[in-house]
Amino acid sequence: MTMTGSLDRRAVTAKLLEDRGDLLVVTGLGSPSYDVMAAGDHDLNYYLWAAMGSAATVGFGLAMTQREKPVLVLTGDGEMLMGLGALASIGQKLPPNLTIAVLDNGHYGETGMQTSHTGRDIELARFAEAANFPWTRVVTDMDGVADLRARMQSQSGTSFAAIKIAAENLPRALPPRDGVHVKNRFRAALGLSTI
Amino acid sequence: MTAVPAEEAPSWQDEILPILKSFDVRHLVYVPDAGHASAIREAEKDNGITSLALTTEEEGIGYLSGAWLGGERGALLMQSSGVGNCLNTLALQTMSRFPLLMLVTMRGDWAEFNPWQNPMGQATEAALKLMGVRTWRADQPEEVAHLVHGAATMAFNGDEACAVLLGQSLIGEKKWVK
Repeated sequence: MTMTGSLDRRAVTAKLLEDRGDLLVVTGLGSPSYDVMAAGDHDLNYYLWAAMGSAATVGFGLAMTQREKPVLVLTGDGEMLMGLGALASIGQKLPPNLTIAVLDNGHYGETGMQTSHTGRDIELARFAEAANFPWTRVVTDMDGVADLRARMQSQSGTSFAAIKIAAENLPRALPPRDGVHVKNRFRAALGLSTI
Repeated sequence: MTAVPAEEAPSWQDEILPILKSFDVRHLVYVPDAGHASAIREAEKDNGITSLALTTEEEGIGYLSGAWLGGERGALLMQSSGVGNCLNTLALQTMSRFPLLMLVTMRGDWAEFNPWQNPMGQATEAALKLMGVRTWRADQPEEVAHLVHGAATMAFNGDEACAVLLGQSLIGEKKWVK
């Protein structure tokens, strides 16, 4: 059985980033990086292009240092599956300003749309629940996305959402690939020096 | 079989955390090993440091990258077997250049009882170098503080990945009893 959702990933991303304020964003490699770029480049976006499985841990470290700002990790189901242990590590600290949102289409979209584990009825939100995240959701409509956005901006507890999006490859919006540049402009926007 | 616990941590272990603190390290992230026991224990008691156990070592690379984005320094502690888990994730450091200080206790290195530790232990330093990490080796107690200070200086002043390998002869022979 292959399960997929119906939400438009670009509409979901645009909604989450609406009136973003102080929001700090980390994206997982592949389509989530393109989705965030398509919604508009921003100095407080940190795009990953590799290190698959690391989006959640990068966002975790950021949330543990910028405690007053909301942090969003936006990644895909394949990327999250590669870093499932990170949910257990996050569960030990549960920074209330951290939200992990998985754009879950049940497929490996970058490599030919092979079915992923979540497309075979493995539900990521249950791993987050097992890791003691106080708020976990499976989001299947735009009202759920609006609820997630409100929760994220309120910084009222570590949150995890698996957002069921349609399995489709949209035109790519490529973020900058110069990691040093992206890092330095992110830090500069927070008032931090380069080294 | 059970491992005989170390009766008392040698003094070089006690030197590590104060050096890290002198570099304003605020995050100590680790997969535990006996050689890191003192630094981990002291960090757990220190309100100025966030100590964090990882399920696998490469989580520490992501975490410290994020902590640096947010303005704070950290260090990653692991056993040599964990270096193998880190290799692909080290691209994050290479491409974005953030300070990554790694302290690695060695297995499969000297008087190893368990031969299954030898393949990764023997490849540890070469694997780190292949991924662009600068390495130093401490085999004598008096070398530890000196080399950790040097590696931290180059990591934090140069946005580089630097690893100090703490040799198995320094840590001591792991005794196994039936």
